[in-house]
Amino acid sequence: MEYENIICFETHVELSTRSKLFCRCPTRYGAPPNTQVCPVCTGQPGALPVLNKTAVQYAVRAGLALNCTLNATSQFARKNYFYPDLPKGYQISQYEMPLAENGHLEITGDDGNPYRVGIRRIHLEEDAGKLVHSSDTFEASDYSLVDYNRASVPLLEIVADHTRNPLRTVKEARAYLEKMRQVLRYLEVSECSLEKGQFRCDVNISLRPKGSRSFGERCEIKNMASFKFIGEALEYEIQRQAGVLQSGGTLRQETRRFNELKKITQPMRSKEDAPDYRYFPDPDLLEMDIDPQWVRQIEDELPEFPDQKLNRLMEKYGISEHDALLLTRNKDVSDFFGRCAVYCEDRKRLSRWIIKDLFRLLKDSGVEIRDRPIRPKEFSRLVNRIVTGEITENVGRIVLDEMFGTGKNPDSIIVQRGLKSIQDTAVLATIVQEVISENPEIVSRIKAGKAQLFNFLIGQVMEKTNGKAPAKEVGRLIHEQVLL
Amino acid sequence: MLRKKEVSSREITESVLQRIDEREKTIHAFITVTRDEALKQADRADTRFRNGKRTSMLNGIPIAIKDNLCTRGIRTTCGSNILSNYIPPYDATAVRKVLNSGAVLIGKTNMDEFAMGSSTENSAFGPTRNPINPAYVPGGSSGGSAAAVAAGETVFAVGSDTGGSIRLPAAYCGVVGIKPTYGRVSRYGLISYASSLDQVGALARSAEDCAMLLNHLCGYDNLDSTSADVKKPDFLRSLHKGLRGIKIGLPKEYFVEGLDRRLKDQILQAAALLNKHGADVVEISLPHTPYAVSCYYLIATAEASSNLARYDGVRYGFRSENLDLDSGGMYEETRSKGFGREVKRRIMLGTYVLSAGYYDAYYLKAQAARTLIKADFDGAFEHVDCIITPVSPSVPFKLGEKIEEPLQMYLVDIYTVSLNLTGLPGMSVTCGTVDGLPAGFQIVGKAFEEAMVLRVGHAYETLAGTA
Repeated sequence: MEYENIICFETHVELSTRSKLFCRCPTRYGAPPNTQVCPVCTGQPGALPVLNKTAVQYAVRAGLALNCTLNATSQFARKNYFYPDLPKGYQISQYEMPLAENGHLEITGDDGNPYRVGIRRIHLEEDAGKLVHSSDTFEASDYSLVDYNRASVPLLEIVADHTRNPLRTVKEARAYLEKMRQVLRYLEVSECSLEKGQFRCDVNISLRPKGSRSFGERCEIKNMASFKFIGEALEYEIQRQAGVLQSGGTLRQETRRFNELKKITQPMRSKEDAPDYRYFPDPDLLEMDIDPQWVRQIEDELPEFPDQKLNRLMEKYGISEHDALLLTRNKDVSDFFGRCAVYCEDRKRLSRWIIKDLFRLLKDSGVEIRDRPIRPKEFSRLVNRIVTGEITENVGRIVLDEMFGTGKNPDSIIVQRGLKSIQDTAVLATIVQEVISENPEIVSRIKAGKAQLFNFLIGQVMEKTNGKAPAKEVGRLIHEQVLL
Repeated sequence: MLRKKEVSSREITESVLQRIDEREKTIHAFITVTRDEALKQADRADTRFRNGKRTSMLNGIPIAIKDNLCTRGIRTTCGSNILSNYIPPYDATAVRKVLNSGAVLIGKTNMDEFAMGSSTENSAFGPTRNPINPAYVPGGSSGGSAAAVAAGETVFAVGSDTGGSIRLPAAYCGVVGIKPTYGRVSRYGLISYASSLDQVGALARSAEDCAMLLNHLCGYDNLDSTSADVKKPDFLRSLHKGLRGIKIGLPKEYFVEGLDRRLKDQILQAAALLNKHGADVVEISLPHTPYAVSCYYLIATAEASSNLARYDGVRYGFRSENLDLDSGGMYEETRSKGFGREVKRRIMLGTYVLSAGYYDAYYLKAQAARTLIKADFDGAFEHVDCIITPVSPSVPFKLGEKIEEPLQMYLVDIYTVSLNLTGLPGMSVTCGTVDGLPAGFQIVGKAFEEAMVLRVGHAYETLAGTA
């Protein structure tokens, strides 16, 4: 029998607010343990939570971007369970009345068509602290220490809807995660770094016979630290579940853990062992009423989304889809392009220079564009010099290398190093004449039909001029003098 | 006398400390007495007087604080073993406010563990006894605060009231105690028992003293999301306005079977006295009264089961010798040894109330009942300015009398819990004695109209010659 996969993510995204969700402690990543704590986030007796408005604003932004209905009133609830990294013995989360519901995220499906993956709900909650074990694993440790710096850092939980366009393949799952991360980064609500634990996923997966309308028993998989592992876990789980079903067995609802080393999923707990979290409205916090006017204001201030931007780059500037995708994939690049475009008319040429030459330098140096290795205005100036022919493309690369390393502006580099291209046709013609007379053999072979040797002559001219000769003009002159 | 410089803060402070030396062996109102710090604070208060700076009404006056309000650097136990070594890193807002006003902290008062109890017998540090007659309980859970005022071991005391915990001990010890409207006093730093019911309040010898203390306790606090951002009146100002034009309601459901006959007579006499001097007294009905105690114990225990989850031995407080985390050994042993019987009983009850499959039947049902009880009071307050009720079904009982009968103990709160469910202000005022033990009645006001409650209370004290 052929099966269809129903894949559904629960994504936890750490919001990049400066302070925590319920107190004023800073949220800086990597601070020494327990230096960003106070009575509230360590659960001291008598301490009370006060909601961070910026976190709500970020959540609203995400809700709007994911096309959700924002609930005018939502409620914080306590999720009760014991764990040493949970200071109060409960996590403040949202349960019955979440902030936002019924949205979608559009991805490109495996068939190449747009596919709107349903989002069931988005809610705000606080993160827990972090256990630091004395050994590699909890089991092997003599003791564990707790760092509460992360306790009460705001998290956005985004739960996909298995009933509305669920993901069907590992490839679509990957596309969903990539797109989700891209959108959230564009919104500037989270860095979404997987390494820093700012983007964490659990995934629910079930199989059903193709064409069936009911759902099979689902498994939730936890403990996947990268997109690669998520893919591997899904691959394994799809095989496993199909195997059970094909051999006539039955699946039961359970939570499974991904084992990175063995690349398999292993049972963690069954549905019967699922803890009763005894959710109830948190009496320390009031119901959260969201002012529609405030929402409209946030909506007005939303940035342009990657899809919109992509279309604009293609339609308005005639940039190829390939280049436009590369420019919009990452918000930092896209922002850099936007800032450069203010100073540069030839957006096509600008995009090529970013994609080919700037990307090469970034890759070689390991520097990120967000570290501002080059100023947009200077970068555009360089491209403009090339567009007008003041310098050649080859010289442009030399200038860019120096700009990247030193932060100097292109004009001073051009002047200092005398890199202006040779515009005087008489001067060029003389040099071309020299090259022709120095290479009689080549010339005769070209005349005999070896047209590709043309480039050799051009190269010779370039060498003589240190690359300052405009290639087009040189080509024309050689053509003239050799063939006519 | 302080303001007129007839007596210094140091002299008053020394005199209450001397009373403590004389009475504490019997009464045991305090868990911690901050003797040295009190004298230093008193000297600083006297310096402020001498320097002729403008000082607050509380400057130099001894104050006792219930041991469930966090005091920075001073042990705060909540009457529990589990916090027997807990030294808070911060001051509760209420504490900060009274200390900033120049009050002299005498010590931290005894209480039922986590404010769960009506007799102060549930303290891990031993019971407090009633200063009027040490064979009797002082009421609870703020029994230490009430007893300290009654025994002259302090002038003012701060308590907390979740189901009657200020009003009951005030009545039992023959002092005055007021629970303000929910949200009037910040709960920041008040160790939570039941967050939607807890409220900090004042205990003193008279309505006037309570008004003075309330002036310094109240006020919006942005550290407590449930704190009310409302105007704070001067409670002393309207105190002497008398009774003319005031309409008082007597809810018939509060004067039925179960109320001690002689106590009932005392309360009705008090109402008659108010009536005679200008107040209108009418009968009213609060029909959902019979549901109040059950409703209270469902909501209070549900919230408590969650609020007390943080006492796990990980970060502070008592921790068991067993440190095995994997099997839950440390948690289980810490909580088994750290909490007393009544606290465990309420955690179990509350956990059950919130459990899957019972939540709707208990927690949601109780919330629905709470709404009905509130509607009763809203309706009544369309016709009256305040309501007079008993504080408890009888005058104080003896130590040990009800400790083995939790349900009997719970019923002691039958007349007080409604005000926590509705958030309304209520004050306990003394009206004579029954068998030589203090009789008290309760004055209930509209939300944020503590001024009316205090005004009627003061008028009564004046008429009865107790002020």
